[in-house]
Amino acid sequence: MKKGRFGIHGGQYIPETLMNAVLELEEAYNKYKEDPEFNRELATLFNEYAGRPSRLYYAEKMTKDLGGAKIYLKREDLNHTGAHKINNVLGQALLAKKMGKTRLIAETGAGQHGVATATAAALMNMECVVFMGEEDTKRQALNVYRMRLLGAEVIPVKTGTATLKDAVSEAMREWTSRISDTHYCLGSVMGPHPFPTIVRDFQSVISKEIKEQMLEKEGRLPDAVLACVGGGSNAIGSFYNFINDKDVRLIGCEAAGRGIDTFETAATISTGSVGIFHGMKSYFCQDKDGQIAPVYSISAGLDYPGVGPEHAYLHDIKRAQYVAVTDDEAVNAFEYLAKTEGIIPAIESAHAVAYAMKLAPQMDKDKIMVITLSGRGDKDCAAIARYRGEDIHE
Amino acid sequence: MSNILKAFENKKAFIPFITCGDPDMETTLKVVREAAANGADLIELGIPFSDPTAEGPTIQEANLRALKNGIKTDDVFELVKEIRKDVTVPMVFMTYANVVFSYGAERFISKCAEVGIDGIILPDLPFEEKDEFLPVCRKYKVDLISLIAPTSKDRIKMIASEAEGFIYLVSSLGVTGTRSEITTDLGSIVSEIRKYSKVPCAIGFGISTPEQAKKMAALSDGAIVGSAIIKLLAKYGSDAPSYVGEYVKSMKEAVSEA
Repeated sequence: MKKGRFGIHGGQYIPETLMNAVLELEEAYNKYKEDPEFNRELATLFNEYAGRPSRLYYAEKMTKDLGGAKIYLKREDLNHTGAHKINNVLGQALLAKKMGKTRLIAETGAGQHGVATATAAALMNMECVVFMGEEDTKRQALNVYRMRLLGAEVIPVKTGTATLKDAVSEAMREWTSRISDTHYCLGSVMGPHPFPTIVRDFQSVISKEIKEQMLEKEGRLPDAVLACVGGGSNAIGSFYNFINDKDVRLIGCEAAGRGIDTFETAATISTGSVGIFHGMKSYFCQDKDGQIAPVYSISAGLDYPGVGPEHAYLHDIKRAQYVAVTDDEAVNAFEYLAKTEGIIPAIESAHAVAYAMKLAPQMDKDKIMVITLSGRGDKDCAAIARYRGEDIHE
Repeated sequence: MSNILKAFENKKAFIPFITCGDPDMETTLKVVREAAANGADLIELGIPFSDPTAEGPTIQEANLRALKNGIKTDDVFELVKEIRKDVTVPMVFMTYANVVFSYGAERFISKCAEVGIDGIILPDLPFEEKDEFLPVCRKYKVDLISLIAPTSKDRIKMIASEAEGFIYLVSSLGVTGTRSEITTDLGSIVSEIRKYSKVPCAIGFGISTPEQAKKMAALSDGAIVGSAIIKLLAKYGSDAPSYVGEYVKSMKEAVSEA
């Protein structure tokens, strides 16, 4: 396969202005990923600062209630800053620091990646600017406050649909204007090579741990691993170390919004087609002229018209299956997990829980599934309350 | 010989950029005619894209205005047919890779050749990805224009030695848009380019005044101006053609003095 490609997907479709920056990043990453000192430092940050390894929790009540497969929850929601995003950010911030960069910029949807980047910047004495769609700054006001509290500047993006896609575009524009001291800390397995590979490698700690923990608890591999997919970083992290274990079903749960038969959806693989955008070839929600479609999901973190190129490839070769979950189903799952297990998942993660609720009863009791809870749901409480017609003040 | 080279024959070129369909196709048609009549040597026609990541706010808004009018890629080809009835100056498309890819590379590029488009500029298609479209471009003799940026450094040799049509030298870091000052050492980049390429080299990004255009044309083979023209369109709407004509005239005079 050509460098930076996953089948036909991936590549480096970016302005010439950024080419040397991504080449420099690739070179630095190739150097440090094998460097024992770098890996020791990163392991210390993961364990001592982020609280890894995250728990693999047997959800006994949920298992019994659904009456099928045995369900484990991979608790990325218990990481420092409340989501899996910290895994990637600590890796990239450490790498950027080694490269002599002093400033991190990032895009954010739900705010989790922005918060994680602001956190790493505070820890490592770096300047931080986060681009966030204006619409999302309203949906996720608490995370905006957290980023500012951590010392980051939050820039509301008003162009286009004022959501995640526009935040990515604006962060890319910012990077082209200031490269020498700035690292673009991309938050998902998307964008130009080498980002999809770097982010996947840093997130692959999730499946590495699941595998070890599952072997320890059950003495075997799980039958299915489920995770939500926007750009797809927690999903690829959850899948990666199982890709060669062909008996493990890998299931990515996309946001269907109001349904895949409506225009108010963000389910890229279910409804999109191959295109070139944000530095990569992959599947995108777009019209036949290649204009990127405005997408919709209740989840700001999944509200993105594309998907990472490695997911596009896993879909093409049928190694992973991608399913669509509606707002309604996700909100039901959000409430269900709170009441059943006493765990409030991020609305993003609730998409994976929702599909698990359909799938588990169809599986035999001796089967095992793992659901990655990519983040915690505190940030979503006000929005879900509004969805249910209740107006609460944060 | 590439038709584009005619734009640079024995002269410094002035190259205006116009977003098709902003504010409507009729106005675009008139603006192109005015630009050609007032001395434009090469015209860049922008095909609107929903998310133009290399553009500053001015051209971003022009793209959105055009798309709001429902402009489709086929409408742009129809417009070019109309323009070509009386305008002979070389013309290139400036758009994003997805517009070409979605239309189908072969279908898009063959249609370019058919309607009289001489080249295409895709700011999100760097050297490493040009094979996506280059073989088809060669087949239909449509030049795929290469961009060189202030950050290109050791990449200049590789890009310049394979460049066709003309080389688009990006004056500054960042996105398109007018700038009060251009601080890049463009002279040394141009001499580096000339070591490896005989293809003309024009400078774009940030140029708006005749003084800047003259300075940039003196350093290279021509000046490209987009945002300053789009601002006239945003301000005057369907009355813009005569203002654009006047502006092109003053800019052409400035580059001729270079």
